[in-house]
Amino acid sequence: MTEKKIRVLVAKPGLDGHDRGAKVISRALRDAGFEVIYTGLRRTPEEIVTAAIQEDADVIGLSILSGAHGVLFPKVMSLLDQNGIDDIQVIAGGIIPEKDIPHLKKIGIAEVFLPGSSTKDIVRWIQENVSSG
Amino acid sequence: MYDKSLDKSCPLRKPFTTVSGKQINELYTPLDLENFDYSKELGIPGEYPFTRGIHPTMYHGRLWTMRQFSGFGTAEQTNERYKYLLNHGTTGLSVAFHLPTLMGMDSNHPLAKGEIGKCGVAIDSLADMEVLFEGIPLDRISTSMTINPPAAILWAMYIAVAEEQGVSSDVISGTIQNDMLKEYIAQKTFIFPPEPSMKLIVDTFEFGTNEVPRWNTISISGYHIREAGSTAVQELAFTLRDGIEYVEWALNRGLDIDEFAPRLSFFFCAHNDFFEEIAKFRAARRIWAHAMKERFGAKNPRSWLLRFHTQTSGVSLMAQQPYNNVIRVALQALSAVLGGTQSLHTNSLDETYALPSEDAVTIALRTQQIIAHESGVTNSIDPLGGSYFVEKLTCEMEEEAMDYIRRIDDMGGMVKAIELGFPQKEITNSAYWYQKAVEKKEKIIVGVNAFEKDHEPISLLEIDESVAKQHLARLEEVKKTRNSAQVTKELRDLKKAAEDEVNLMPFILDCVKSYATLGEIIETLKEVFGEYEEPIDF
Repeated sequence: MTEKKIRVLVAKPGLDGHDRGAKVISRALRDAGFEVIYTGLRRTPEEIVTAAIQEDADVIGLSILSGAHGVLFPKVMSLLDQNGIDDIQVIAGGIIPEKDIPHLKKIGIAEVFLPGSSTKDIVRWIQENVSSG
Repeated sequence: MYDKSLDKSCPLRKPFTTVSGKQINELYTPLDLENFDYSKELGIPGEYPFTRGIHPTMYHGRLWTMRQFSGFGTAEQTNERYKYLLNHGTTGLSVAFHLPTLMGMDSNHPLAKGEIGKCGVAIDSLADMEVLFEGIPLDRISTSMTINPPAAILWAMYIAVAEEQGVSSDVISGTIQNDMLKEYIAQKTFIFPPEPSMKLIVDTFEFGTNEVPRWNTISISGYHIREAGSTAVQELAFTLRDGIEYVEWALNRGLDIDEFAPRLSFFFCAHNDFFEEIAKFRAARRIWAHAMKERFGAKNPRSWLLRFHTQTSGVSLMAQQPYNNVIRVALQALSAVLGGTQSLHTNSLDETYALPSEDAVTIALRTQQIIAHESGVTNSIDPLGGSYFVEKLTCEMEEEAMDYIRRIDDMGGMVKAIELGFPQKEITNSAYWYQKAVEKKEKIIVGVNAFEKDHEPISLLEIDESVAKQHLARLEEVKKTRNSAQVTKELRDLKKAAEDEVNLMPFILDCVKSYATLGEIIETLKEVFGEYEEPIDF
């Protein structure tokens, strides 16, 4: 029986319009054999969580460079919680101060990929930490 | 542990290519310039085709403007930073607005939560603008504003603030970025679809010609295209083809090219490959001069000039060992000066962490001042002119850019090419190629995939949540104290004008002076223009 591919939702929360990283990562993940859904720009936490549920995502990757992660990430995590979702891993990347990372991990962000991370690191993390279905 | 995968001398990787992947020869000789005609290809500075520079005296007559892009928190905080910068040697202002303003939203919009003052200064109404320029004489200082869909509105606010200072609109000087084509291609702050956006831009050309003659009505930009991942040739080609598109739309309106063209300006990136960038700037001047004189038949020599601002590349700066960024910026800034830029912004070393701290922006400014006053490079115009390498590279970049321009012409123009997703796809492909090259160590980034080392944390500018509170309080105050009936009337008149397709600038000015907010004006225009939805692709 063929194994179901891991499904990754790459999301851009908030008003930030920088999509170079999100697109490069989306393509790298697709090349690595994952199913990738990219939400496009300026999605609300509600839209992201709805998409993750509808798309049966195994991972949500949040890409943000605007500094609004402190407000938006907790919203995403609380919406997942409200919907009884506990089997989607959430990872993040972009411009996120290192000092904010401990708190983000506390609220359930599994890993934060800072500037300089390679697409290989992200692929490997998903392969090691995420199971499909 | 000694990393044996790199030998001690870390040899350069073959093939020898620029950061864009363009192959460079080991040596250039006169043979590379066979049939090169000095008077046709180069000329002297200030004469067609301006390859060597747009003015006969260049920096002997006047140095480039040191114009640091800046803005954060409340209007008060940014006003303070502007005064600091002016006191320390910047010669022009450049406004960075926060994301809600860039997207035409007021700070009390639900999507503005968490974003207020973080990426730029929060501006919702004329009241904020008055604070932003408090104590800054707008008859003596020129200001560039990085703003796109709402550009006409921020311009109107600036004109209104100047009027309050007793400075009339024919005296003020500055630039609005106002370049929507590159938004769909790269920067992605779009609101309305392309056609109404182009219409509004041509409105600003028309208004500028008649009412604000010392103002650059557009900054046709390649910076964002480059930062999104394009090669240098793509940056050059897409920017100039955008320029051609704006000229065509303005001519279709019936505007006189020799009246609006002298106030078109450009904005390029200064990226890592020193000589590629210099060749790019020189090729840009030649291509534009040819286009304006030959393609469009402009008669006014000032219509043929490509005047540009440069910003050193943000995306080339690294989080690892941030002091390395000072060197990167210095080399990039030098390439812009050797390329003959009219205006320059140098990034700060903390680029990947936060908005510039006062210390970091001071170093960035000093970088320009040291180039200007200590390096000697301004002693002679276009000092690299005549280099076999630089002249050959300039010619090649011009040829390759013209190939792209012709392809886009064949597609039916830039608006059409954007609909087809062409420039966007080229950029995505180049960005992916580059990331793979870095991961394979075909492109070395010092401190990131070679010569790695831990570094001490640096002190950063922080925007705390009190900024949002303070700013929202002013917004509330404005809404309480303004004449609501007047605001309603002005917005209604604006909507009718938009439906009637007349020039919207006078109506926007009236709205702004009644203290209608940015969000209210944009929502009104959305009702007529609609909204743009980007096709999703990677």
